[in-house]
Amino acid sequence: MAAHAPTASRRRWGSTVAGVLVLGVMLFPLYWMLNTALQPESGLLQVDPVPAGLDLSGFSKALGDQGGHLLTSLVVSFGAVAICLAVSAPAAYGLARFGLRGSRTIVFGTLITQMVPGIVIANALYNSYVDLGLVNSYFGLMLADASLGIPFSIVLMRSFMVSIPGEVLEAAEIDGAGPVRTFVRVVLPMSRNSLITSGLFAFLFSWSDFMFALTLNTTDDVKPITLGIYQYIGAHVGDWGSVMAASVLSAVPAAILLVLAQKYIAAGITGGSVK
Amino acid sequence: MTTSTVTAPASATTPGKALAPDPARTRLRRRIAQWGFVAPAVVFMLLFFGYPLVRNVLMSFQHYTPKTFFTGEAPFNGTDNWSSVFQDVLFGKALWHTLVFTVGSLLGQFCIGLALAVFFNRRFPLGGVLRSLILLPWLVPMVVSGIVWRRILDQDTGVLNTFLGTLGLDGNTPWLTSPDMALLSVILVNIWIGIPFNMVILYGGLQEIPKELYEASSLDGASAWRTFRSITLPLLKPVITVVLVLGFMSTVKILDLILALTDGGPADATQTLGTLTYQNSFVELDFGAGAVVGNVLILISAVFAVFYLRANRTEGK
Repeated sequence: MAAHAPTASRRRWGSTVAGVLVLGVMLFPLYWMLNTALQPESGLLQVDPVPAGLDLSGFSKALGDQGGHLLTSLVVSFGAVAICLAVSAPAAYGLARFGLRGSRTIVFGTLITQMVPGIVIANALYNSYVDLGLVNSYFGLMLADASLGIPFSIVLMRSFMVSIPGEVLEAAEIDGAGPVRTFVRVVLPMSRNSLITSGLFAFLFSWSDFMFALTLNTTDDVKPITLGIYQYIGAHVGDWGSVMAASVLSAVPAAILLVLAQKYIAAGITGGSVK
Repeated sequence: MTTSTVTAPASATTPGKALAPDPARTRLRRRIAQWGFVAPAVVFMLLFFGYPLVRNVLMSFQHYTPKTFFTGEAPFNGTDNWSSVFQDVLFGKALWHTLVFTVGSLLGQFCIGLALAVFFNRRFPLGGVLRSLILLPWLVPMVVSGIVWRRILDQDTGVLNTFLGTLGLDGNTPWLTSPDMALLSVILVNIWIGIPFNMVILYGGLQEIPKELYEASSLDGASAWRTFRSITLPLLKPVITVVLVLGFMSTVKILDLILALTDGGPADATQTLGTLTYQNSFVELDFGAGAVVGNVLILISAVFAVFYLRANRTEGK
C-alpha cells in the first residue's frame, strides 16, 4: 500500500492536469470574447492573445449603446419567470396530487410540447399577435418567453411534488385548510428547491431567447440584449471591441448563476430531462 | 376559490359542519377547485403550442403577401404553397443541410460528451469544480456564442487561422465564407455548444451505475474497453436514448446559431428548414410558404417522437 500511494496520487493529479486542459479548450472562446472586448482599438485587425492594459472604453461604449437592451432583457425575463411559475406551480401540484381524469394525457402533452419547433410557434403567433396588438409589447414577449419555461417547470416540479408525503397534506386538511391554503402554506415552502430551479431555468431560457425577440418585434420599442447584439454586428462591422463587450455583459447573468446556484443548475439539467 | 381560503378557526372543532351540505355537491365543488389548479397551464399550453400547430396547417393553404397585414386578407389558395415550396431547389438543399447538420452535430456532441463524462466519472482533485465550469458555454445565449465564433473564425484576422498559421498549417481557411466549408464550421460550433449538456446528463447516468459491477469486472480481469462495452454502455442505454432524443429535438429546429454565424449563407450553404421558415415568413413575408416548411419540420420531429415512444415502451416491458 505504502509503495502504491505516490503513483496513485500522481495519476490522480495527472487527471486534474488533463481536466484543466479540456476546460481550457472548452472555455477558450469565452476567454477570447473577453480578450477582444478589452482591445477595442483592434477593430478589424488581429487581436493580441493577452490585452496590453485594462482598456474599458469598449465596455463603456457597449453600455451606452446596449445598456437599455440589457434592462429590457432583465424586465422581460423577470416577467416571464413570474408568469411561468404562477402558471406551472399550481399545475404541477394538481397533476401530482389530485388524480384528476386526464392528468396523464396532460403530462404527456407537456412532454410533447418540447417537440414543437419555436419558429413554427413564432410563425403562427406573429399573426395572432398582430390581431391582438401584442406585437412590440413587453407583455407579449413575456408571455412568449414564459412558454419556453412552462413545460420544463411543470415536469420538474411535478416530479418533486409527487414525493411529498401524503400525511403532511392530510394533516393540513384536517386542520381545516382548503386546497389553496394547503398549496400556499405547505406545498410551496416544501418545494422551495424545485421552485428555485424552475425559476432559474425560466430566467435563463428567457434571457437567451432570440427567436421570439426577433420575430415578435418590428420596431425598436422592446429590444432584448440578444437582438441588440445581433443587429449591432450588422451596423458596426468594424467595431468588434464593443460587440464583444456587449456579449460579455450578456453572458454575465449566466456566469453569476453558475457560481451562485450551481447545485440548482445541475439538478435542473438532469431533473428536467430524465423525468 | 376565494371562499376555500377563508377558514374559520373554529372549523377544526366542528368537523361536521363542513360535511353538512349534500356530499355530491361538495365533491363537485372540490373537483372544480382542483381543476382550477391545472386549467391555467392547460389553457396556456393550448394557446402557445396547440394553437400554433393548427394555425400552421391552415396557413400553409393560405396566400399571404406583405399586403395581408394591412388588409387582413389571406385567401385560401389550395396546395399552391406546397407545390411551389417543393419545386424550389432551395427546399431540397435545406432539407439535406438539416439532416447533415443534425446528424453531424449529434455525433460529435454525443461522442465527446460521453468521453468527457467517463473521464470526469473518475475521482480526482478539483474534478467537481472543473466539471461544473464546463457548463458555462451552454449557459451563454446561443446567438452570442455564434457571434463570438464568427470573430474567431474570421478568415483574415480570426484567431483560429492565426493559430493554424503559426503551426505551419493553412492559415487562410475560409471557415464561414466558402460555401464548401460553412456547413462544416457551423456543425463544429454547434458541437462545442452541445458538449456540456451531453456530458452532464451522461455523467448523471454513469453515477447511477453500481460501483460493485466495476469491482466484479476488474476481479474477473476484464480490460477497460471490455468493461465499457459490457457494463457501462448497456446500463447507460436509457440515458443515452434521452440524450439523443432531446439533442435531436433541439438541433433539428436550430435557428439562432445559424443566423448569428452565417445568416444562412454563403450562397444558401447553411440554409436549414429552420432558417428557411424564418426567411420565407419574416423576411419575404410569405407566411404561407413559411408554414409549409414549418409543417415539414414538425412532421420530422413527430416521426422521430413516435419511434422514441415505441422504443421506450418495448424497453419498459
